[in-house]
Amino acid sequence: MKNYYDIVVIGGGPAGLAAAIAAYDNGAKDILILEREERLGGILNQCIHNGFGLTRFKESLSGPEYAARFVDGVLARNIEVFTQTTVLSLTKDKKITAINTEYGVFTVEAKAVILAMGCRERSRGALNVAGSRPAGVYSAGTAQKYVNIKGYMPGKSVVILGSGDIGLIMARRMTLEGAKVHAVCEIMPYSSGLKRNIAQCLDDFNIPLYLNHTITRIEGDKRVTGVVISEVDKDKKPISGTEMHFDCDTVLFSVGLIPENELTKGAEIELSPRTRGAVVYQNRETLVSGVFACGNVLQVHDLVDFVSEESELAGVYAAKYVLEGAIEHDGVEVVNGSNIGYVVPQRLDKNIGGNVKLFFRVTNTFRDCTITVKCGDTVLLQRKKKIVVPGEMETLLLTEAKIAQTNGKIEVVLEENV
Amino acid sequence: MSVISLTCIECPIGCALEVEMENGNPVSVKGNGCPRGKLYAENEVVCPKRVVTSTVRAKNGVMVPVKTDRPVKKSEIFEIMKKINQTTCELPVKIGDVLVENISDEANLVVAGNA
Repeated sequence: MKNYYDIVVIGGGPAGLAAAIAAYDNGAKDILILEREERLGGILNQCIHNGFGLTRFKESLSGPEYAARFVDGVLARNIEVFTQTTVLSLTKDKKITAINTEYGVFTVEAKAVILAMGCRERSRGALNVAGSRPAGVYSAGTAQKYVNIKGYMPGKSVVILGSGDIGLIMARRMTLEGAKVHAVCEIMPYSSGLKRNIAQCLDDFNIPLYLNHTITRIEGDKRVTGVVISEVDKDKKPISGTEMHFDCDTVLFSVGLIPENELTKGAEIELSPRTRGAVVYQNRETLVSGVFACGNVLQVHDLVDFVSEESELAGVYAAKYVLEGAIEHDGVEVVNGSNIGYVVPQRLDKNIGGNVKLFFRVTNTFRDCTITVKCGDTVLLQRKKKIVVPGEMETLLLTEAKIAQTNGKIEVVLEENV
Repeated sequence: MSVISLTCIECPIGCALEVEMENGNPVSVKGNGCPRGKLYAENEVVCPKRVVTSTVRAKNGVMVPVKTDRPVKKSEIFEIMKKINQTTCELPVKIGDVLVENISDEANLVVAGNA
């Protein structure tokens, strides 16, 4: 087998596919995609609901339909793909060790590496819910795989913790397949899911959403037999006396997504404690030259359309890296100021050129506020917003001319209008 | 005159819509960010419709993603689910293949992904 490629893409989901296609179309012709599952497409394969692609294709596609457009794009180009191949390690000199049944354990070297491993679900363990450990507790994504890919139901009587989009989608999916979904509880005072999913997944089927509530006990020995949910106070502590009991055989957790960066850590690539993804320049290059990151491994996106967009950026610059060589970076830091959770990219480099879209999330729900991008006392950009919520990623476009005015750290801040 | 509040489900923005009703008919829509929202609201207050997505088990056991190729009456969704779960198919299929003609409301059940 070949053990040297211009570009190796780790992950064949929406990010990896879009990055590989963009890299190919921008002149890098020697590309390998490594994918853990049997087929390309990543998590989209189990997201059979519609609503994907409205931004990009101006039509409402199912997840598998959206994936197929990019899989077809990869197959139409001369891009090599290894499926059922798990990457074991990555080094900072861009050597990738992987394993599959055809080649056993093998190492490939690349001029540029694109990290596109996506994210994973936060688990019950990470939340510390009291109770025994009966069968019937799943992450929402696991349940989604059972129902949509494997074709069997993980339970008949369900309570869902967390109102992220996957939890909402699964509330509807389980209901359509005949299960009774008693409740979705959300510890925050707002849902982290899209408003339309509250409407079409919960309201359509009269499934109650309990805000400021969490599961305080899971009951059952061999199998879940019920849960207790409680209201929480401002500090997210359960309030005694507010307990509600539900008989159920299944509990689904939809409590957040975490970028999957074990390989990145192994390569000693600096991660942001805020996004839990790599620190990157606007070209999506990490602080290790020639290693790029895009999609949910970099920052958890709301929509796959934005994953594709970001990944194309990484693909374009990875191709440029291969064809033109490394960039000497002249970067300034981009940091999150008051009421801003994180900003991507975390570095801006004037040498890269072009306009830069800043992606960020706010820390709370704010009405009538102003978001400012500044460098010292210089205001680069200012936008008034009627409402912003943490569940929806915000973007601001910083033009090349504005970037030219910067001479130090750039800060994004949100202030409430009084 | 009464006002019905809705969340638009046409796109991820989820506009908050207000529909003014007179004699059971919509007379005006407020809050929509685009023409699709107006259309959605006008239909929603008279006869709500949804695209149904699900899976069909192929004869070899593989699950095939499917959807109705147009929105169907919300009140018929569970009837349609019954029909979907009685449907099977032989592989290979490709995206857009019709598995059930006129499953409801002139909508066909079509393949919505590679199995």
